[in-house]
Amino acid sequence: MNEHDQKRIEQLLKKSLPPVGSEQRRDLWPAMLKRLEASSPAVPWVDWALLAMVAAWLVFFPGAIPVLFYHL
Amino acid sequence: MPVVEQPSDVLRQFCHGDPDAFEALFRRHQGEVYGWIVRIVRDPAAAEDLTVETFWRIHRAHARFDPARSFAPWARRIATNAALDYLKTVRLETGLPDDLPSPPLPEPGISEELRRKTARAFGRLPPKLQAAATLALIEEQPYKEIAEALGISTGAVKLRVFRALRLLRKELKQQGIEP
Repeated sequence: MNEHDQKRIEQLLKKSLPPVGSEQRRDLWPAMLKRLEASSPAVPWVDWALLAMVAAWLVFFPGAIPVLFYHL
Repeated sequence: MPVVEQPSDVLRQFCHGDPDAFEALFRRHQGEVYGWIVRIVRDPAAAEDLTVETFWRIHRAHARFDPARSFAPWARRIATNAALDYLKTVRLETGLPDDLPSPPLPEPGISEELRRKTARAFGRLPPKLQAAATLALIEEQPYKEIAEALGISTGAVKLRVFRALRLLRKELKQQGIEP
């Protein structure tokens, strides 16, 4: 492709796809906040399972409560 | 895109994950980031989503930011990557781009059909070439700025633009159009 061809195709491209307006239409902070809230870290299921196991242990073996407090 | 510098305190706080500093940076830079992205993707609605995506990536990467450096070029680089990811997705999903937005005013000296065919052929280019050519030729951004945003040298940008034009010419020739 010579320089002349290059210029012609550049012109065609510019005529076909003129520049877009780059002005922002609205404040995007509310959308950003939504995104941040939606992706706030959820408690993993493993943590819930561990919590359930500890609770069950304390219910079935209440005598273990003082041992637990001793180790905390 | 004009470079807006931040007080170093804000940047340092942002590095440590301070939400107020992040909000201050968002409010200050959202317009520039949006402007940069919309030039690449040429779709205002997609550009808005990608601006939020960019700042989400920035938020996640806060610990990696060096407060001694400028925020704007770093944000522009992340924005460019987000825009390129989008262009790749659009290509894969739709094969691009019968639905490219029409120019705001009809361009004299070019038929609607030729415009559409050129736009479609341009949309079929690899995203990296498309982005370089859009920024350099259509949006007339400085090569140095494009190079920084793409993470390549100025010479590499020129090469991408040249390859984009060559591919576009080939594509148009296949459609029987002699530019």
